[in-house]
Amino acid sequence: MTTTAPTALGAPSAPRAGRPVQRKRRPGRTILRSAPLLPAIVLLGVFLLGPVISSLYGSLTDSSLSGASASNAEFVGLENYTSLFADPDFPKSVLLTLVFLVASALIGQNVLGLGLAVLMQSSHKPVRVIVSTIVVTAWVLPEIVASFAAYAFFNDGGTLNTMLTGLGIPGVNWLYVFPMLCVILANIWRGTAFSMLVYTAALNDVPPEITEAAEVDGARGWQRFTLVTVPMIRRSISTNLMLTTLQTLSVFALIFVMTGGGPGTDSTTLPLLAYQEAFRFGELGFGTAIATILLLVGAVFGVLYIRALKPEVD
Amino acid sequence: MASNTTVDGALAAAPTTTRSITTADAKREFSIAAPRGRAMRWFSSIVLVVIGIVFLLPLVWLVLASLDASASLSVKWPEAPSFDNFLTVLTPETSLIPLTNSFILSAGCAVVTVFAAILAAYPLSRYSMRINKPFLYGVLFGTCLPITAMMVPVYALFVAFNLIDNMTGTILFLAATSLPMAIWMMKNFMDSVPISLEEAAWTDGASAMRTLRAIVVPLMRPGIAVVFIFVFIQTWGNFFIPFVLLLSPEKLPAAVSIFSFFGQYGSVAYGQLAAFSLLYSVPVLALYVLVTRLGGGSFALAGAVKG
Repeated sequence: MTTTAPTALGAPSAPRAGRPVQRKRRPGRTILRSAPLLPAIVLLGVFLLGPVISSLYGSLTDSSLSGASASNAEFVGLENYTSLFADPDFPKSVLLTLVFLVASALIGQNVLGLGLAVLMQSSHKPVRVIVSTIVVTAWVLPEIVASFAAYAFFNDGGTLNTMLTGLGIPGVNWLYVFPMLCVILANIWRGTAFSMLVYTAALNDVPPEITEAAEVDGARGWQRFTLVTVPMIRRSISTNLMLTTLQTLSVFALIFVMTGGGPGTDSTTLPLLAYQEAFRFGELGFGTAIATILLLVGAVFGVLYIRALKPEVD
Repeated sequence: MASNTTVDGALAAAPTTTRSITTADAKREFSIAAPRGRAMRWFSSIVLVVIGIVFLLPLVWLVLASLDASASLSVKWPEAPSFDNFLTVLTPETSLIPLTNSFILSAGCAVVTVFAAILAAYPLSRYSMRINKPFLYGVLFGTCLPITAMMVPVYALFVAFNLIDNMTGTILFLAATSLPMAIWMMKNFMDSVPISLEEAAWTDGASAMRTLRAIVVPLMRPGIAVVFIFVFIQTWGNFFIPFVLLLSPEKLPAAVSIFSFFGQYGSVAYGQLAAFSLLYSVPVLALYVLVTRLGGGSFALAGAVKG
């Protein structure tokens, strides 16, 4: 079992009783048997594989939403990519995306999620139930609603500044002065539940005998945690790091609603840049090049993820 | 235990983790005995309460503002709490048509997805074929694609096929995006249905499709419901896909029309915005509670994403 979570789905790696014995292969039978895969293959091929391939090709053309190149796009080779790297907005956007990924997913959601899961193990039950319900609610809410709630919280006349004024501290226009900080905190608020659930499940699978044995051997609380618990759940940690990264890589609505990528381009991560280039400025080829880069980054993480889950497929 | 919300209830539902709950309980009793353990419990609870309050603040605004006719962006107690905001937005143009559209998109997508996923899961679960492994790897890989990144090429593709502003096209695309996860979940549910009953049916001459319909599907109804609700919730909350692919106001789902409502009246009518947001969120929250009761719960949703 790679991670603890799939247990809820009926133990995928559990040996199945009585898988039909493989008899001599008959090609006709194999085709007949794989026929039910067809609707899924068609859907995935047309609507997922299609755009990926057309993305690779489209990024090599000068296609746009209007004008002469809208009807007959010309092949321009790597021109989109060279102008992309020459554009000062692009490196800045890459950097902002990295900051967003590291601060909100790798550090924020993971550390807070693990912290919450650990605290929940040793807290009073009513507290545990109520707090986990609150945290999960922020996660279950539709993203547009969560985005509005976060917008209202950080707005100049929002809850945060009202509270700071109440404490006698002058507030600032957070969304304007610290746009990245706001969207990072908002993404942590919205996404931590996922890590918390994963780590809660992982911690519950750590046999208490082991931590107790460490306690008897004189390991203190923090030592027990770093030397015993963390190594025991390391696979959950690595899978969770990858999944939160992938989820955060495609965050759009949250930033779009809260700051719109601004002020200027100060919170324009790659998904927003791709959207703006393609739909606001009509540079479809340019936007597609950004999309292709994002897809490639996603693909790299995807391969890592599959390698981690390999035993489940085999 | 089962009446608890979220984590606990979900854990109780998974048979393999029940054991660890009982041992965890034993551990807790063990630590109560030590005074240091009791202090630790209070410390944990207090820290959790503080984090919980911070997480709650943005949500409280949503509820209080929706009841306040003169709501601002800050949390404040409504002077005259009323349901006026809800009554104002409960008109066909503002919320009812968008909510209906959301329902059509989500239900349509969930039906297509579940149908294709059941069909695909059957051979993957029951036969060992050469296509299984590459297919499952492809499906796993599909769960990793950042869909947001794909929207530009998808838009270009939809323009090329003249599918922009087409509900069916949007439903099919939404179904394709949720299909990898659905196939993976469905295969796992199907793996846990014992094969012996089917073997009896096969001996009696029933075809594979007939066995699937008459034996496997009825046996895995809760699993199918979990997948259906899971896809429904995801599609209901999706903003970016309909935002890019649909144009006419009468076809837009609630997610997108809330956003345009915000753009038009947002700076004046925060109360109505909050009320509309709540109306739109309630079905998702209700379905989430339902899926928890069905034995999947938050745990299964997290597990689903984990593979």
